[in-house]
Amino acid sequence: MKNHVFRPLFVVIGIVILILLARMVIVPKDFGVYERGYMYSWHRKGNEEDWKKIKVKYQGKDYCKDCHSDKYDSINKTPHKIIQCENCHGPAIDHPSDPPKLTIDRSRAQCLRCHFPLPYPTSGRAHIRSIDPDKHNPDIECATCHNPHKPMEGLR
Amino acid sequence: MVHGELWTVKELFVTPNEYIYWSIQIVMYPFMTGLVAGAFVLSSLYHVFGIQKLKDMARFALVFSFALLFAAPMPIVLHLQFPFRGIEIFMTPHFTSAIAAFGIVFFTYGAIVASELWFLYRKHFVDIALKLREKQDKTLMEWGSYFVFCTLTLGVYDVSEEALHRDEKAIKFLAGLGIPVACFLHGYAGFIFGSVKANALWMTPLMPVIFIMSAIVSGIALCMLTYIVTMEIRKFLAKRKRASAMRSQPLEQLQSVEISVIQMTAKYLLAFLVAAISLEVLDLIFRGYTALKSWDVLRSVIYERDFKDIFIMQYGIGNLVPLILFLLPGLTIRRTVLGVMLVLFGVFMMRWNVVIGGQAFSLTFAGFMHYHLPIIPHNWETFKEGLGGALSIFAMPFILFWFISHIFPVFEYKEA
Amino acid sequence: MITRRDFFKKTVMGIAGAAVPLAALEIVDPKKLFAEVAAETTSVRWAFLVDTHKCVGCGFCVKACKLENEVPYDANVSRTWVERYVLTKKGRLYADNPKAARDGFTTAKIDEGADGLKDISSEGIEKAFFVPKLCNQCENPPCVQVCPVGATYQAADGVVLVDRTWCIGCGYCIMGCPYGVRFFHPVYHTAEKCNFCYHRITKGLKTACVQACPFGARQIGNIKDPNDPVTQTIRTQRVGVLKSEYGTKPQVYYIGLDEEVR
Repeated sequence: MKNHVFRPLFVVIGIVILILLARMVIVPKDFGVYERGYMYSWHRKGNEEDWKKIKVKYQGKDYCKDCHSDKYDSINKTPHKIIQCENCHGPAIDHPSDPPKLTIDRSRAQCLRCHFPLPYPTSGRAHIRSIDPDKHNPDIECATCHNPHKPMEGLR
Repeated sequence: MVHGELWTVKELFVTPNEYIYWSIQIVMYPFMTGLVAGAFVLSSLYHVFGIQKLKDMARFALVFSFALLFAAPMPIVLHLQFPFRGIEIFMTPHFTSAIAAFGIVFFTYGAIVASELWFLYRKHFVDIALKLREKQDKTLMEWGSYFVFCTLTLGVYDVSEEALHRDEKAIKFLAGLGIPVACFLHGYAGFIFGSVKANALWMTPLMPVIFIMSAIVSGIALCMLTYIVTMEIRKFLAKRKRASAMRSQPLEQLQSVEISVIQMTAKYLLAFLVAAISLEVLDLIFRGYTALKSWDVLRSVIYERDFKDIFIMQYGIGNLVPLILFLLPGLTIRRTVLGVMLVLFGVFMMRWNVVIGGQAFSLTFAGFMHYHLPIIPHNWETFKEGLGGALSIFAMPFILFWFISHIFPVFEYKEA
Repeated sequence: MITRRDFFKKTVMGIAGAAVPLAALEIVDPKKLFAEVAAETTSVRWAFLVDTHKCVGCGFCVKACKLENEVPYDANVSRTWVERYVLTKKGRLYADNPKAARDGFTTAKIDEGADGLKDISSEGIEKAFFVPKLCNQCENPPCVQVCPVGATYQAADGVVLVDRTWCIGCGYCIMGCPYGVRFFHPVYHTAEKCNFCYHRITKGLKTACVQACPFGARQIGNIKDPNDPVTQTIRTQRVGVLKSEYGTKPQVYYIGLDEEVR
């Protein structure tokens, strides 16, 4: 007479086999251990390509200089040359096809990012000229008097 | 609103991505698995160590442990951003992570409890299956019943003395094997927290041990509570049917069985309670003594901001008061009920103070976060990660227990 | 003489048993487990350099990162941020990062969250500086170690990535990061963090934040290339890393890292 005691064990083994069979279907084929070993590299290899395929949005200054050479050359003669065009105009993406026009951020908040007076002599901030936004023409846009591409022109 | 933003309030210097991500459901999870482990250990005290007085309690605890086992993963299911992807734990487990142990541990433990229950109730299944087989015209319900019980016999109809004796040995083996597995079930939950070096409150090797001790405490407490409640209900029903019932046990006999069982179980509860308290106090003393970089902010959280939650609710009401209640001589049922309810509350508060307390301070050690448990839900998220979700999870094992007690009857004779 | 029943039983068991090694043993292939050796031979390992003397807290980096990597601008999470530290003459530290500095720092008041805005007199300031932060792409990433399903991982060039199709959203990696760089993406609901603009650096471009920074406070380079200016700076100048006591071996190096930085 066979020992019935092992019956539940067979059920358990059956379930384990089911799980392993399911695994063959559910888990992507390229899932495994890669260059950094099991602890740091247990993953679906194809995901690395997924991340590489993301669309690049910010193109950098050189992308703008050919069509907008006037603005480009102008700003390059001022302290604002260190600022990327896209910092104020947003990412170029596929401009001029998409988007056809870029936004122009004319708000005071945009300029205050650097030009708000912060009393920090030990920081690089101390080297930037600043204005008190509550006293220096508080109701109008900075760009009304200061052309960002030549900020001090016509003012001195 | 990003996940966690709704119920988190930040104070002083907190980094932008910090929120209370592990909220009430993560408090519930170790609480529920603790009850599972504790109930099983209680059951094993009879099967392995042969403590005769715990025989009834053992059967009850085992079935309840099984009901709890199905409720235990629910907090995780509700917490995951992608609950259906939870199956990946079984598909591509990353064993360097403590959470990956969930698949193996739960499955092994489930297999052991299910197998032990099978051996315990095998004769009952065979009896019912054979009885139904003989019945000529079965109703639809009876056909369903017949099918269920036939499947549950797993094709084994041998209920001879020898076979039943083998069952006993198998039960003893499984109960013994199950104790370390049950400890592992809750120890791994403690390891989940204790191994997170990024969290100054959680990081301690004592965490798995503290969790196991308080888990056993909570399991024993819950079993005692449910046992008392069930016995009281039976007594009440028996009293009503005293005139007509032919096979009910005399009331006085019922009463005496209860007190001695309760007093015996309470001794074990006390032992584990003392162990749990000692370890937690040890951890606290060590932190203050060694005063690492995190001590300033931890001291602020433990002794100031969370003082009420930790010292009054957990240690005071949840540990000290029940300790006194159980130590005083002449333990009564009423005192026991109060004691175990406070113990359960204390164990819950311990989970709360670890999980929420660990997120009460910022990684900067210079800021704090406050957790507002969503009480009134206004969408699915505020229900599942709020009071509603927690109460539903807590109620689940009792509802499940009621259902499965039809398949695994807990008491010798049928209810009135 | 074997019965038909036994034969059938044994065949099924045999087939089922054969499925086990095929599926299970891949997890424990010893060759693959010890594949760290391969990492030694890759020619690229990304490292980042932050010069805290140059950072002025303009926040252009945060804005560029959000737009480049599709993290909603209004959401109160960010892959990168800038912290402001102000130390007073009385020895007290005040620090904040209003909205992750996505709009810069346009007030001298310190943002203390629920405790409101704190006014500090400018005469009382001993020193103040800005510290940009981002994922350190650690050499021993604790976030990868604790992922239960292998959704987050480290590529051969050192960048730690998250597989959005596999992440179950348990949040263990978020809790495991000592630097607080991880969060749940408000749209995708998976774990999210800075990945050194992987789609850009693998094409030879700079990361969005490095490109956007007008002051050159952020630089990215290949630490395995001895001619890379970033590598040369790291090797020859006094640099520091954040929270080295955790053993994570972070690969973001800071020039001018103050003792008060958290």
